[in-house]
Amino acid sequence: MTETPLLSVRNLVLGVVRRGRPSTIIVDDVTFDVAQGELFGIVGESGSGKSLTLRAIAGLLPGGVEIISGSVEYKGRNFTSMTSGERRALMGPEIAMIFQDPMTALNPVVRVGEQIAEGPRRHLGLSKKDAMDLAISMMAKTGIPDPIRRAKAYPHELSGGLRQRIMIAMALSCRPKILLCDEPTTALDVTLQHQVLGLLEEMCANFGTALIFVTHDLAVVNETCKKVAVMYAGRIVESGPVRSVLRDPRHPYTKGLLDSAPDFDHPDRMLKSIPGFPPNLANRSVGCSFAPRCEFAQPECVASSPQLEEVGPDRLSACFEKFTIFEGAHA
Amino acid sequence: MTTPTAVLVKFKQSRRAANSRSLKRWYQNGPLLAGMIIVGIVVVVAVFAPLISPYDPIKQDLLSTLQSPSSAHWLGTDKLGRDVLSRLMWGARVDLRIGFLAVLIPFVFGSIIGALAGYFGGWFDVVVMRIVDVFFAFPFYVIVIALVFVFGSGETSIYLAIAVVSWVAYAKIVRGEVIVAKTQDYVTAARLGGMSHMRILVRHIGPNVLSQVIIYAMSDIVMDIMAIVTLGYLGLGIAPPTPEWGSMILDGQEFITTQWQQATIPGLMVVVMSLGLSWIGDGLSDLLSPDRRK
Amino acid sequence: MLRRMQFIPGRLIQTIPVVFGVTLVVFFLGHLLPGDPAIAILGEHATPARVAALREQLGLNLPLGVQYGQFLLHILQGNLGQSLTYQVPVASLVLQAVPVTLSLLLFALIISLAISIPLAGLAAAKPGGAWDYVARGYTLLGQGMPQFWVGIMLLLLLAVGLRVFPVGGYGITPLDHIYYLCLPALTMGIAMSPTIVRSLRSSTIDVLGSEYIATARSKGSSGTALFRQHVLRNAVIPTVSIIGVHLGYLVGGSIVIEKVFAIPGLGSLMLNAIFSRDFPTIQAVSLMVALFVVAVGILTDIIYTLLNPRINLSEGGEAV
Repeated sequence: MTETPLLSVRNLVLGVVRRGRPSTIIVDDVTFDVAQGELFGIVGESGSGKSLTLRAIAGLLPGGVEIISGSVEYKGRNFTSMTSGERRALMGPEIAMIFQDPMTALNPVVRVGEQIAEGPRRHLGLSKKDAMDLAISMMAKTGIPDPIRRAKAYPHELSGGLRQRIMIAMALSCRPKILLCDEPTTALDVTLQHQVLGLLEEMCANFGTALIFVTHDLAVVNETCKKVAVMYAGRIVESGPVRSVLRDPRHPYTKGLLDSAPDFDHPDRMLKSIPGFPPNLANRSVGCSFAPRCEFAQPECVASSPQLEEVGPDRLSACFEKFTIFEGAHA
Repeated sequence: MTTPTAVLVKFKQSRRAANSRSLKRWYQNGPLLAGMIIVGIVVVVAVFAPLISPYDPIKQDLLSTLQSPSSAHWLGTDKLGRDVLSRLMWGARVDLRIGFLAVLIPFVFGSIIGALAGYFGGWFDVVVMRIVDVFFAFPFYVIVIALVFVFGSGETSIYLAIAVVSWVAYAKIVRGEVIVAKTQDYVTAARLGGMSHMRILVRHIGPNVLSQVIIYAMSDIVMDIMAIVTLGYLGLGIAPPTPEWGSMILDGQEFITTQWQQATIPGLMVVVMSLGLSWIGDGLSDLLSPDRRK
Repeated sequence: MLRRMQFIPGRLIQTIPVVFGVTLVVFFLGHLLPGDPAIAILGEHATPARVAALREQLGLNLPLGVQYGQFLLHILQGNLGQSLTYQVPVASLVLQAVPVTLSLLLFALIISLAISIPLAGLAAAKPGGAWDYVARGYTLLGQGMPQFWVGIMLLLLLAVGLRVFPVGGYGITPLDHIYYLCLPALTMGIAMSPTIVRSLRSSTIDVLGSEYIATARSKGSSGTALFRQHVLRNAVIPTVSIIGVHLGYLVGGSIVIEKVFAIPGLGSLMLNAIFSRDFPTIQAVSLMVALFVVAVGILTDIIYTLLNPRINLSEGGEAV
């Protein structure tokens, strides 16, 4: 990568802080870059720390969880050294976010048009009327029929699909450079998922917006993203271009995820689930977190923790066996 | 599907576990302990007032009226030369006695009506709830004052007036709790086990509902003490010269510019009592229904 | 908007039995008097002629059912009886007193909201923080103080000590009225605020934890703008019904407060009537106050519906 990345997460560590001291590390040493207009996916089970990483970027960490060390830099400026006012000024025009459940992510007592117009009024300095006009045109762009009437609706009067379109219109209303998406389609049924994903891709391409897309669903990443990072127990265990990672996984966990997902090209293939459960983050072992569930685990995996190392062009994997066990595994 | 007996056994086990936990913890419960100490001290002073009060609370001494606090009269004397501290101690006897006794009738009567309405439902429930609505339309003081007028002043009519007004709150609380409780698995199980309605109400629903009512009763005692003191202040309570906090405040208000402590201190006593009782209530709700804490 | 208000007629019909019950209670207040109500009102030493006259005036010689019928009929005609003390229609006395008590209540409500909203907001912003302890201490103390005593303490501090406010009375001009109502309204505002603080604090904590607040923050909203536009509008909804219930309690409290500050409202009317055994006036005030509480209940439902677009008591929402 030659140009300076738009967003750069460096050695980010997040933890639960109790009485001023970190007690549990939830996200450990996470590093990745997102370039202008790039479509970046983060995949992992619930509890893997993917959503918290996203919320750390948005500055929306829940109470008790704090950045212990590491940095998040946007256009070379470090978030942790900014004042809260500077930080907030970024939210909307530079960075925007879409949440998982459009049912709960919209304020139930405010008309949706006003909710979309709020950002442009604040950040673009538009008048009330101009902001509303912009809101209505954004709603039209996201394919909401009859936007003038719908702008006056309350969230509960709209369907789930429409509400997620409202969220997209709201997030993109100030033309942000980065859009953070936290499982934006999980709450929708399958047919709507494709529509909304297509819309997101199209809108991001039009506005030149980069996307960070958090999901548990490899198929969704495959459909939407160009690059992917796989997270397990708070760490990135593998990353690289989506196609290459999915075709040739270099970490047993990625392989496990692939094997447990239905494959429509090979419907006869047996689905395998990963045995065991994710580790308890409160008492981590010194070894690889995935070792207890890993079919390839060696003695060294329990003794020390593997670091991310290069396994190919733009590919990283954190596994001691990354070169030995996958030869020809997934041709 | 779990069998009714399994549910019953599980329920009894959890009850027992909850009980042993409470027994272990009651003395570790800060608010409860603080509340009990505060209320305990005031109650002891009230009970032993005849022995420990320095003066006769109603004996007038017209040669030493409206004295400021001194070593002879720690809190001074009132306009008839009576010792304020002694009146405060004797006043506690009246106010606490009425406050604690006045909850008994509405507690019992309201709980029974509420339990029957909630458990059996139907027309009885409808009628009871309409009556409750009617009583809720009258603000507490309006109806208490009207009733004290009707019954004539004196301790008995205060009991009656408070009973008429406050049973509705108990009925409403118990009814709500019983409606929730009767849909629980263990009640269905007991019913399937052939138990009578009475037995289910008394043995199974009762203990669960009771804790909520007792917690409410703590705040109700506070309300009753407030009511007595307020009636005393309005001149509708216990007739003079019997010492009573509310009428002491009324007497003291006249001399507020020169003898501020006369109106202030009886009120502070009410504040102290209600603090103690609210802490007991908080502590009890911690102990009796730990799952309901917010 | 109008569509969502279609529940009102039904709600009104629901209150008919309650209103009926209220009149019944007020009617029977008179018949609970021990012995002959006329003697009870006039006292033991009244001449038989006066007792007979009063019995005639109160209609006590008629059968009970007829008496109640007449009572209802008179109420419907706006006839609340004749004051025994002043020998004028009770309705005219009540009519003079109602605006005084209403403005006192309204003033008190404004003050208690002015106390409660910031305090609850600060407490909820950081549960377990310093402001939360302040709020908790305030609610505990506020609930434990007799209202009239708070009034006396405020008098001692602000009227006697600092001489900022008058000791009592109601003044002559409307501007006077506001000035004279400051202390009583503050007293009642303080009496009412603990409940509001408690309810608002817990609903604000709920709202702050909700996803749409994260959404609002992701739009760069924060501080008072966030609180005003997104938090408060949701958090007040459950508090509205609490306030509705509590206003009834507040009306009762106003009786005592009016005595402390010598305000000529419904409370003073009632207390004077008690001491002069002016029974029709007692009945009338009790009735007015109870009807007021019923009306506040309906008003609360309407405001609740207006504030909460999700509530549609008339028909289902539009599904697209």
